Amino acid sequence: MSLTKAEKAIILSMWGKISTQADAIGTQALERLFASYPQTKTYFPHFDLRPGSAHLRTHGAKVAAALGDAVKSIDNIAGALSKLSEMHAYVLRVDPVNFKLLSHCLLVTVASHFPADFTADAHTAWDKFLSIVSCVLTEKYR
Amino acid sequence: MGFLSAEEKGLVNGLWGKVNVDEVGGEALGRLLVVYPWTQRFFQSFGDLSSADAIMSNSKVKAHGKKVLNSFSDGLKNIDDLKGAFAKLSELHCDKLHVDPENFRLLGNVLVCVLAHHFGHDFNPQVQAAFQKVVAGVANALAHKYH
Repeated sequence: MSLTKAEKAIILSMWGKISTQADAIGTQALERLFASYPQTKTYFPHFDLRPGSAHLRTHGAKVAAALGDAVKSIDNIAGALSKLSEMHAYVLRVDPVNFKLLSHCLLVTVASHFPADFTADAHTAWDKFLSIVSCVLTEKYR
Repeated sequence: MGFLSAEEKGLVNGLWGKVNVDEVGGEALGRLLVVYPWTQRFFQSFGDLSSADAIMSNSKVKAHGKKVLNSFSDGLKNIDDLKGAFAKLSELHCDKLHVDPENFRLLGNVLVCVLAHHFGHDFNPQVQAAFQKVVAGVANALAHKYH
């Protein structure tokens, strides 16, 4: 599965808008993840996960920055996220099922923030993009 | 506590009261067919599904989406016995329609995206969490009679 030219164009153009609130988007996606899928909190026993916490905001910003890196290198996401991929495989070892959950919450966050832009085509493009990112992050697992 | 806490029921019913069920049904089913094109396998008789625009404006898609979401809405009235409420429909989807239950999960998540799209910040993390429970419950209820 790979992005068409049109889908890449949608992602790039929407990222222009998203990037002005990237930290808030990343943070809200995590809040949604922990609220809807409490089992995901098991990966963060060392964090204060209350909404608005500094930990959440810092981590949300990290997630958003990584997505930004992927967008900037949309033709070589594997290259852009190679170090992150290794980290997830050897250090973090987050079960692969959780990437779908966070991807869904990112989609929901984008949908709620950008109603005019979140057309059916944009929905598809983002779903595919996040799917590709998830694949890259789990590709070194075994 | 039943399936949802009193607070979660309040959040779900509060939002659902503002939903145009007919429209949201068409939107959700349309987006399912656009975002996950392999789901079109169940709708070969629906005519033109060749592009996102064709799908979203297709009258059969809208009509069927309306039917599906009205049924979901009826189910919400029996939130503490979803398995009972959807028993007949579960048998139908298994025996006659031959639909893989994974599709119920996909549609449930698309519905959540559509609600987020429509309601923006009102569809906050707590409201979403309550709806995720509902769509998971409905999906499980629809799969319950499979054999």
